[in-house]
Amino acid sequence: MEKRVVFRSAWLPYLLVAPQIAITIVFFFWPAAQAVWYSFQLQDAFGLRSQFVGLQNFEQLFRDGNYLASFQVTAVFSVLVAFFGIAISLLLAAMADRVIRGALAYKTLLIWPYAVAPAVAGVLWAFLFAPSIGLITYVLRGLGVDWNWIINDNQAVALVVIAAVWKQISYNFLFFLAGLQSIPRSLIEAAAIDGASPTRRFWTIVFPLLSPTTFFLLVVNCVYAFFDTFGVIDATTQGGPAQATQILVYKVYHDGVKAADLGGSSAQSVILMFIVIVLTAVQFRFIERKVQY
Amino acid sequence: MEFKRLAAAFAAAALFAPAAQAQTEIQWWHSMGGALGEELNKLASKFNDSQKEYKVVTTFKGSYPESMTAAIAAFRAGNAPHLLQVFEVGTATMMAARGAIVPVAKVMSDAKEPFDPKAYLPTVTGYYSDLKGNMLSFPFNSSTVMFYVNKDAFKKAGLDPEKAPKTWKEVLADAEKLKASGQQCVYTTSWPSWMHIENFSAWHNVPIGTKQNGMGGLDTQFTINSPLHVRHITLLSDMAKKGLFTYAGRTNQGDAKFSSGECAMFSGSAGAQAGIKKAAKFDWSINFIPYYDDVKGAPQNSIIGGASLWVMGGKKPAEYKGVAKFLAFLSKPDIQMEWHTVTGYVPITKASYELTRKSGYYDKNPGADMPVKELTLHNPTANSKGLRFGNFVQGRTVIEEELEAAFAGKKEPKVALDDAVKRGNEILRQFEAANK
Repeated sequence: MEKRVVFRSAWLPYLLVAPQIAITIVFFFWPAAQAVWYSFQLQDAFGLRSQFVGLQNFEQLFRDGNYLASFQVTAVFSVLVAFFGIAISLLLAAMADRVIRGALAYKTLLIWPYAVAPAVAGVLWAFLFAPSIGLITYVLRGLGVDWNWIINDNQAVALVVIAAVWKQISYNFLFFLAGLQSIPRSLIEAAAIDGASPTRRFWTIVFPLLSPTTFFLLVVNCVYAFFDTFGVIDATTQGGPAQATQILVYKVYHDGVKAADLGGSSAQSVILMFIVIVLTAVQFRFIERKVQY
Repeated sequence: MEFKRLAAAFAAAALFAPAAQAQTEIQWWHSMGGALGEELNKLASKFNDSQKEYKVVTTFKGSYPESMTAAIAAFRAGNAPHLLQVFEVGTATMMAARGAIVPVAKVMSDAKEPFDPKAYLPTVTGYYSDLKGNMLSFPFNSSTVMFYVNKDAFKKAGLDPEKAPKTWKEVLADAEKLKASGQQCVYTTSWPSWMHIENFSAWHNVPIGTKQNGMGGLDTQFTINSPLHVRHITLLSDMAKKGLFTYAGRTNQGDAKFSSGECAMFSGSAGAQAGIKKAAKFDWSINFIPYYDDVKGAPQNSIIGGASLWVMGGKKPAEYKGVAKFLAFLSKPDIQMEWHTVTGYVPITKASYELTRKSGYYDKNPGADMPVKELTLHNPTANSKGLRFGNFVQGRTVIEEELEAAFAGKKEPKVALDDAVKRGNEILRQFEAANK
């Protein structure tokens, strides 16, 4: 089925990919290289004085127990966000796939949250769950739950996970829905005729056939949880209480942008970059083997 | 025809252009949103109307940290504003940025504008001056921390509403009675580090850090794990455990908890008055912050918060002249009084305080002069002049994180404060190394 395009000219293919490569160099490689360069430096806020300090920024980070604790927070946060983000959207997609009447309305509503900026999503959930005025807080109080994520760390983690997952569900939903619709009807019908229950059909036919999509979303959701969630956290908990929701990328943002400590912040982003590279490589090496294309 | 019209337009433009260009623009970046921003714009247009040579252009750049970040980025790119409003915790960072800023005292003397640091309240001058007494930035909006009481809740609990607690012992006793009367949230606070560490130290005349709270040199160290500090954080943690203290967050979230009537006692900025006045459906009073009466020298005086205006470097002499003129305009007693009475920030010159008092404003608004009285209760000592710690944006975050750990019962107060000192000192050393 594969269709091969053969270019006769030697330079045309390079010319065609040049814009993409240029963008990648300007917006990815160049800033990344600068982050690496800054991570070896000690600078004052205004960039008036800077000195080369070698690995000192990194040493300082690894001596700091709180920085190490933030790895654990990030791991828990990412697993929760990726798991719930994928599980809930798979459920929603499986449901929406079966809807016949008003399918478009359902789909539109489910895709909607993706258009909301992360910071707005954060503010939205922060309001709903606000310790004194929140709507959901009010309901929880009625149920006898003492809801105050300002000081309760588990509740704070729950809040940022909910906000981050809600934001990502639409994206996952789109891919799952497309994946479901590309599964040949004949396979499912054949199984149904053989007497397989809907649950069994789902787990033995649909789910394995969806595995490329699921794998892709796993990678994307991990990257999302690692990099794109600082807006949500900044708008809600700002890393607190204590450091319960201080994920690595939020600390990069706080130290670099808010506290103007470019060296320390760059060192952290270099470490973060390294982690995501390793993580993605691992995912491709080990989990991809289980994927059936 | 078309050409003629175009030519006429060009001629007209040429005619008017010189008039427009003769006005020197002064860029002022600030962080005053909402009603405060409107009042700030009023000040600028008043100045613009008062003369023809200079035009102050105000730009709202978001929160304090955001506008500081924007200015740092602009400075690196070579187009910083002339005037930048920086919050008090950014003072040390700005001060160390020699070359990026011009001391206000120098701007004024170069422009031969009259400027007398002694005209300002000593707690204000001290915060923004170097050790030789040169004012480095221009104090603009200053407040301090106050203790608010819901008089209706006091009445309901059988307490005397006219007798707000003066000491922490009284706070605890009143808190227990309030709780017993069914009060859900008894005491809360805004700005935990500013209130319970920084102002607490000044109020009890104990140091926050060595070297005169960092004013004497970059090689300063935090001293906020003293027995008195531990005692206070232990009290608050115990109150939190018993449901007598509700933690509200790191910024001003406590304000709404008090003005909505949810909490009966509250410590927060003097600037919170305006919001409380608007929202509160109950009788309330504004008081000095509590102290421990067995500590010698307490109460001393509280310290300021808020922001000052920094003059950025690398501009033309004519522009600096305009900046000096504008700062002189802002120092005028009537302008100060307007800013003070509309916003609730403290009057920062003695003359404007007198003027406001004579105008009868304090008689009509009882308690409005409490913040000034608290700031000037005694002549400031080395411990109560203010503080100057490098990268204090990070430093304050560290303190707040450790306080949260103590209030949540995750860490012993002593351990939390020891950790705050240890982590805080690392930040100070880093700043010292970067600014040698």
